[in-house]
Amino acid sequence: MDLFLQQLFGGLATGAIYASIALAVVMIYQAIDHFNFAQGEMAMFSTFIAWQLLDWGFPYWAAFFACIVISFLGGVAIERIVFKPIHNAPVLSHIIVFIALFSIFNSVAGFIWDYTIKAYPSPFPSETPFETTLIGMHQLGMIAIVLAMLGAIYVFFRFTSVGLAMRAAAANPVSARLVGVSVDWMLALGWGLAAAIGAVAGMLIAPIVFLEPNMMLGILLYGFAGAVVGGLTSPGGAVVGGFLVGVIENLASLVPFIGSELKLTVALVLIVGVLLVRPFGLFGRVVVNRV
Amino acid sequence: MATLLEVRNLEAFYGQTQALHGIDFSLEDGGITTLLGANGAGKTTTLRAICGMITTSGEVNFAGTPVMGRKTEDIVRQGIAHVPEGRGTFDRITTEENLRLGAYTRRDSAAVAEDMETVFSYFPRLRERRNQQAGTMSGGEQQMLAVGRALMLRPRLMLLDEPSFGLAPLIVQELFEILRTINREQNVSMLLVEQNASLALSLADHAYLLETGRVVMSGTSEEIASDESVRQAYLGY
Ligand SMILES: Nc1ncnc2c1ncn2[C@@H]1O[C@H](COP(=O)(O)OP(=O)(O)OP(=O)(O)O)[C@@H](O)[C@H]1O
Ligand SMILES: [Mg+2]
Repeated sequence: MDLFLQQLFGGLATGAIYASIALAVVMIYQAIDHFNFAQGEMAMFSTFIAWQLLDWGFPYWAAFFACIVISFLGGVAIERIVFKPIHNAPVLSHIIVFIALFSIFNSVAGFIWDYTIKAYPSPFPSETPFETTLIGMHQLGMIAIVLAMLGAIYVFFRFTSVGLAMRAAAANPVSARLVGVSVDWMLALGWGLAAAIGAVAGMLIAPIVFLEPNMMLGILLYGFAGAVVGGLTSPGGAVVGGFLVGVIENLASLVPFIGSELKLTVALVLIVGVLLVRPFGLFGRVVVNRV
Repeated sequence: MATLLEVRNLEAFYGQTQALHGIDFSLEDGGITTLLGANGAGKTTTLRAICGMITTSGEVNFAGTPVMGRKTEDIVRQGIAHVPEGRGTFDRITTEENLRLGAYTRRDSAAVAEDMETVFSYFPRLRERRNQQAGTMSGGEQQMLAVGRALMLRPRLMLLDEPSFGLAPLIVQELFEILRTINREQNVSMLLVEQNASLALSLADHAYLLETGRVVMSGTSEEIASDESVRQAYLGY
């Protein structure tokens, strides 16, 4: 039982990592209808910027919020400079650009900050206030921040007119322009928000996995998986999906013949299973088309 | 009466193909003007050109301001609401969210709420379906939604592209009654494109006849309706 609880909480803790990346993935997917393969590298780069600010002597939270703002502006700039000129290009061109961004961020980070791993501080105390060895304070704080971001995103999309306009611009750009929505800026805003969420994710992940240019490689895959399981159109689903992937992966390692070698496989098999039964993910909106 | 919309020598292009060859017309403030013409005459293109959705040249003045060459969203903000061919419904969101989007450019939220009530009073069906996913509504309901969404802008001018398309005759009658009411009560001018010429002429005060991207005839609705060739070609009696 103890072992089970241990793995369950361990799963929730890693799940929080995946959930935060999955949120960023869904955010950009809402805006542009594509996966952004460079999402993880953008988050890694943001985290390096925060690290640099800390290194220059900024207090933790000052660096945290400065990094969010810088990342938001960076996301907007990427859309305006790189993607605006190819709006009408075929999907394949976009994918090539995503891959290019991926390797640019990776190698530029390596060039500026080199490939040695760096410690990144946690804003939370190292002691848990209550007696438990099941989960650390940083993990708890991370879960709280992920849930808070989710709440903010929900309110943004559901209740603000800009959030509604963003959804409209993604779904039907021609009609969106006809109600006065600047579709171009909505796209840029989507990029900015996704970059900002990714930055938060990166800064929360870094204390756990250490900071280095390749820190996101494995995590991004799980984050995608979480987003797909939850349903790409649903931020809440992405978070649930992220936690699910983390928990399943950890619990699977308890089963004797699976162990830690096959846990990734088990997690991925389960994802495929979910998609076979529910092609739009657990919480994805099933698009009802009139026939 | 003052001129609200003035179009001079309007040309429009789809890539290399020229669809409009220098169109002139004007629309009086508070008036209803209809564009008639066969399939492919350029009616939809004219509406698209007015709100900057395609490549154009020439002159379009709205309320004395040149709008040619501006972005669609900026032209809309001037007070031109376009009910496009095919209705332009946002399928995956609710009726009410569609209406809220119609008022996206407005900041007077109290008046927006009032206007939503006004739209519901014109189209009670929309109130019943306010939480329904808009793409699942019937064609007629979606057409009402398209007109309602346009009204939410509090426009000075509405561009209507075949609002009767695909609707049962009774619903069409009802819709055109409401358009007349909107024109009178809200002082919304209208530029109406219709296949159904007799219906359009009964609502409009002025009419222009388009043929392959050119204006070939214009006048008051009575003049056009009583013209022998128009009667034979478009009214069918
Ligand atoms: N997207 C497009 N690309 C290329 N040519 C187009 C496009 N849309 C319209 N056209 C052409 O422009 C001309 C005018 O079309 P338009 O849609 O304005 O006609 P219309 O008068 O609205 O006809 P209908 O009554 O059938 O709706 C036609 O010859 C048409 O083939
Ligand atoms: Mg047409």
